[in-house]
Amino acid sequence: MAVVSSPKPRVHGERVRSARERRVRTRSRRRTERIVVNTILLLIAVLFLVPLAWLVMASLNGTADLRVRVPHPMTLDNFHRVLNADMTYRPILNGLILCGGATALCVVCAVLAAYPLSRYESRYKRPFLLTILFTTGLPITAVMVPVYAMFVQVNLIDTMYGTILFLGSSALPFAIWLTKNFMDGVPLVLEEAAWTDGASSMQTLRRVVLPLMWPGITVVTIFTFLSMWGNFFVPFFLLLSPDQLPASVSILNFFSSRGTVEYGQLAAFSLLYSAPVVVLYAVMSKVLGGSSALGGALKG
Amino acid sequence: MTATYGPGAGTVPRPGGAPSRPGRTRRTLLRGLPVVPSVILMLLFLAGPIAYCVYYAFTDMRLTGASGTHFVGFGNFTKAFGDSNFRNAVELTLIFTVLSSIVGQNVLGLFLAALMRSASKSVRSTVSTVVVVSWVLPEVVAAYLLYAFFRREGELNAILHVLHLPQQNWLFTLPIVAVSLANVWRGTAFSMLVYSAALQEIPAEITEAAEVDGAGRWKRLWHVTLPMIRRSIGTNLMLNTLQTLSVFGLIFVMTRGGPGNRSETLPLYMYEQAFQDSLIGYGTAVALMLLAVGALFSVLYLRLLRTEV
Repeated sequence: MAVVSSPKPRVHGERVRSARERRVRTRSRRRTERIVVNTILLLIAVLFLVPLAWLVMASLNGTADLRVRVPHPMTLDNFHRVLNADMTYRPILNGLILCGGATALCVVCAVLAAYPLSRYESRYKRPFLLTILFTTGLPITAVMVPVYAMFVQVNLIDTMYGTILFLGSSALPFAIWLTKNFMDGVPLVLEEAAWTDGASSMQTLRRVVLPLMWPGITVVTIFTFLSMWGNFFVPFFLLLSPDQLPASVSILNFFSSRGTVEYGQLAAFSLLYSAPVVVLYAVMSKVLGGSSALGGALKG
Repeated sequence: MTATYGPGAGTVPRPGGAPSRPGRTRRTLLRGLPVVPSVILMLLFLAGPIAYCVYYAFTDMRLTGASGTHFVGFGNFTKAFGDSNFRNAVELTLIFTVLSSIVGQNVLGLFLAALMRSASKSVRSTVSTVVVVSWVLPEVVAAYLLYAFFRREGELNAILHVLHLPQQNWLFTLPIVAVSLANVWRGTAFSMLVYSAALQEIPAEITEAAEVDGAGRWKRLWHVTLPMIRRSIGTNLMLNTLQTLSVFGLIFVMTRGGPGNRSETLPLYMYEQAFQDSLIGYGTAVALMLLAVGALFSVLYLRLLRTEV
């Protein structure tokens, strides 16, 4: 240290000064960088926001067209017009029956299946899990034509329960995978105590494991329900009679059955149909502790 | 035995000591019992249709006309490759996938995730909320919003007009670009979430060390950040591509595959053949090819995961 500093004190002083300058420069560079980054991000956010803004504005606008405008006149008329049995209540109810039934079927089966997969070793386990994971990747759209043909042959076409069975089954692989991952996080110690007390494995599952993993179950349930609520092509292919269609398909009527499109009503209906999704998603990310956790969970 | 306690680790202590072999088989069956309902459902409604798919693809099954179903060998496939509409659909599917999933969602998602790390907190939460809301909206709603956005009298042209840029009837002149951008709007959030999680896992010391060594921003991105998150990039690309391959509702609502067949990707082509022209056999052959491509990507995805676990 002394060797370095004593022969060239001047250099040392310069170095200190330049270091301070550099720090100041770095700090101001950081500040400009942050401003630039914030501006770019906000610009992108505006691009993402424009279509969403149209949805809200048009739903409140008495004379809505395709542009984003301040509602004039500002009115709830669009909502009054669509809030009737044919346009909103029945499709929403159909959606609830369809997606609720399929979600219940899917989650119950997934929990049952996940339990042995999480708790026991077997030589069938790994191939089974790999098959499940493989199935989650398959494009379900491609299966719809043979499913349609199959449903016509066995008379399940245009039936609510047939569609529920298919929707529930197609969501199963991912639900099993997700549930198993959540269940792996529940420690075994408590179950062992229950086993020692002579509880059967189903009792243990119900009394010990499920209460401990309710956040996981909530996430699986909401995620499954949301993916079905937004699903268009399954009910579109498998249900035919207009009074059975859920909201995801009945929304097409805003275009086809009337000559001119009532954009305000379309927007109002879209908002009503999307509201549960946004609420449930918010609940789910709260349970998961931040939306980034879902990305991690989905990554597998 | 006591050493293997813990989730997924080894066997669970069983009451009653080591049983005989038939007893063990019975116990394995008994333990596997809860899996049975799921297996039955998946066999009936997933494996069944896939098996049907393989079978129908080699027949001339139709919905109308009682002429019966005949085995036609590879007839449907040779017909497909000879059909210019099919080749058009394959091309459009490729364009749609590359443009919207590989370039659009993936790059924009990484860009957003990277920028958010140096943005202020309020901006970060605003941006992620907006992007995530466009992701969670139901597919059909998203499709209508973007339909309104891209129409000739829609908001995009209004913005371009203000900026003095050329306007056009997007859904007519560049339908495949419009639906690809729509898919970017809808799907970027997923990549953004995956990459945000991945970037958070990079230790700060490593990037700092590179900065001290004088590596510039792009060098750091290219030589440090990207190699460290390459697994996430792989998984994300696979999942995006698989999701994009099966997009149906978005395109159906926005353009119905039109005008003509200029945005008719494989799922829409399949739908048109199978239902509008009621050529179930032929439509299934197309579906089988789509399924095969999906299966290929799915296997690649599994391999990626295996190296990760």
